Amino acid sequence: MDLSLTSFIPHHSMLLMAAVLAALIIAQAIYQWLNMSRPEHDYTELHLRIRSWWWMIAIVFVVLLLPLSYTILFIGFLSFMALKEFLSIVPTRMTDRRVIFWAYLSIPAQYYWMSMDWYGMFIIFIPVYIFLFLPLILVLIGETKGFIRSAGIIHWGVMLTVFCLSHAGYLLLLPTKNEQAGAIGLVLFLLVMTQFNDVCQYVSGKLFGRRKIVPKVSPNKTWAGFIGGTVTVTAISILLAPYLTPLSWKEGLLAGMIISVGGFVGDLVISAVKRDLQIKDTGHLIPGHGGILDRIDSLMFTSPLFFHYIYYLHY
Amino acid sequence: MDRILKMLFVLLIAKPLVNLALGINLRQLEKLPRQGPYILAANHNSHLDVLVLLSLFPISAVHRVRPVAAADYFLSNPLRAWFSLHVLGIIPLQRTPDRKNLDTLFGQCSESLDKGEILIIFPEGSRGKPEVMGPIKKGIYRLLKDRQDCAVMPIMMRGLGRALPRGTARLVPFNCDVVIGQSMTELGDPAKFVSRLQADFDELSTYCLTSTLAEEE
Repeated sequence: MDLSLTSFIPHHSMLLMAAVLAALIIAQAIYQWLNMSRPEHDYTELHLRIRSWWWMIAIVFVVLLLPLSYTILFIGFLSFMALKEFLSIVPTRMTDRRVIFWAYLSIPAQYYWMSMDWYGMFIIFIPVYIFLFLPLILVLIGETKGFIRSAGIIHWGVMLTVFCLSHAGYLLLLPTKNEQAGAIGLVLFLLVMTQFNDVCQYVSGKLFGRRKIVPKVSPNKTWAGFIGGTVTVTAISILLAPYLTPLSWKEGLLAGMIISVGGFVGDLVISAVKRDLQIKDTGHLIPGHGGILDRIDSLMFTSPLFFHYIYYLHY
Repeated sequence: MDRILKMLFVLLIAKPLVNLALGINLRQLEKLPRQGPYILAANHNSHLDVLVLLSLFPISAVHRVRPVAAADYFLSNPLRAWFSLHVLGIIPLQRTPDRKNLDTLFGQCSESLDKGEILIIFPEGSRGKPEVMGPIKKGIYRLLKDRQDCAVMPIMMRGLGRALPRGTARLVPFNCDVVIGQSMTELGDPAKFVSRLQADFDELSTYCLTSTLAEEE
């Protein structure tokens, strides 16, 4: 019996994983070189960032290779951590504890529908049932001062961290149409393109950026960064999409643009939330990166957008 | 035996609860002392406060960390008393002391400091209203006024009063802030000590990320 990795990781997905590890090794090497050749600079932040990348990528790869139910469990846990972080930084009332308790319970339910591949329920559970149920609990609590604000904040948080994020997991349940990439090809494509988009927009913004798009929300977002990132990611997507997904290169072009624009908006939305609350990070969970929302901000927007794009075209 | 119970409790219950069900935005952990005599002065909002503070320490050091807790509450029934004394390793304190015996009031605390232990003291004296800080009492000053070997470290916590406030058993997960301050060696006079500690708490709270709306009257 063949027990090597190649026997259970589809070929194309494995090559992408190897490429990601290679990129990480290069980043690590650059850091070591900078640290050695310019000892007068402090590279602690970069060091922490890269070390956290090692951890995050190791965890994601291992989780993707586990049996499907464990992968779903893990994404559900990620939703829990993200919702908890969100509800901790936004101001809510003490009386909202009860409705927040119910909001958390939407997570196991949502991921349970997913694990049984009940698409109809998965897609309406939070936008319909939870949307109507949480205000009922709020009414039963009976405190009207601050009612509208709490109803809005709590459901918005559940939509972002549970509903949107769970789409990344549902990609694993779609029937495999690209045999060489396997079921994990779609998720890998989404994750790699989303994170790569963050990096591309950051780098091209640093290199060429001058005119700011929305200076009040984020002074680091420039037109050059946005356009440079979008062009790069779209070009890579044209090449990678047919390799890892059922999309053709033409469809891959639009997928790249969707991920690029979606990721950009997600990043800005969480930036705006932090500006409003006057905090710099949403938490301290990931050294060098901040909180979990700081890391998955773009993913919360790209997951449902990419999912519904591919679902419309191929399923 | 008690030492093993406490280690197991922190390892198997406190640490998983604090890091998974809750989540800590921790600032300046490196300043936390590993050796006594030391006093950790923390604000108090929830029963979770003690678990969070214990979970900051490595397992090998938790037996040296002793919460000072109200005798009238924690020794009020046999089960709670056994758990408080043998698992948490509290030092019971009479909250309504006989004014004449103030010297003996802190006897056990002083002995513990002499042994090089780290005391957890909540200078507000009770949990009070969730996420609202009550007035600071002067107990720490009285305990330390005759010794030179012990410093006080202010620790600001926020969010635990929302996760598990007084008067409920329903724990709702929230991230919480724990900000460790600068240790204080010179206490000055009682009023000055209290105002300095209050100023430290106020300053540390600016590093907190979590927020709760003030409760309606």
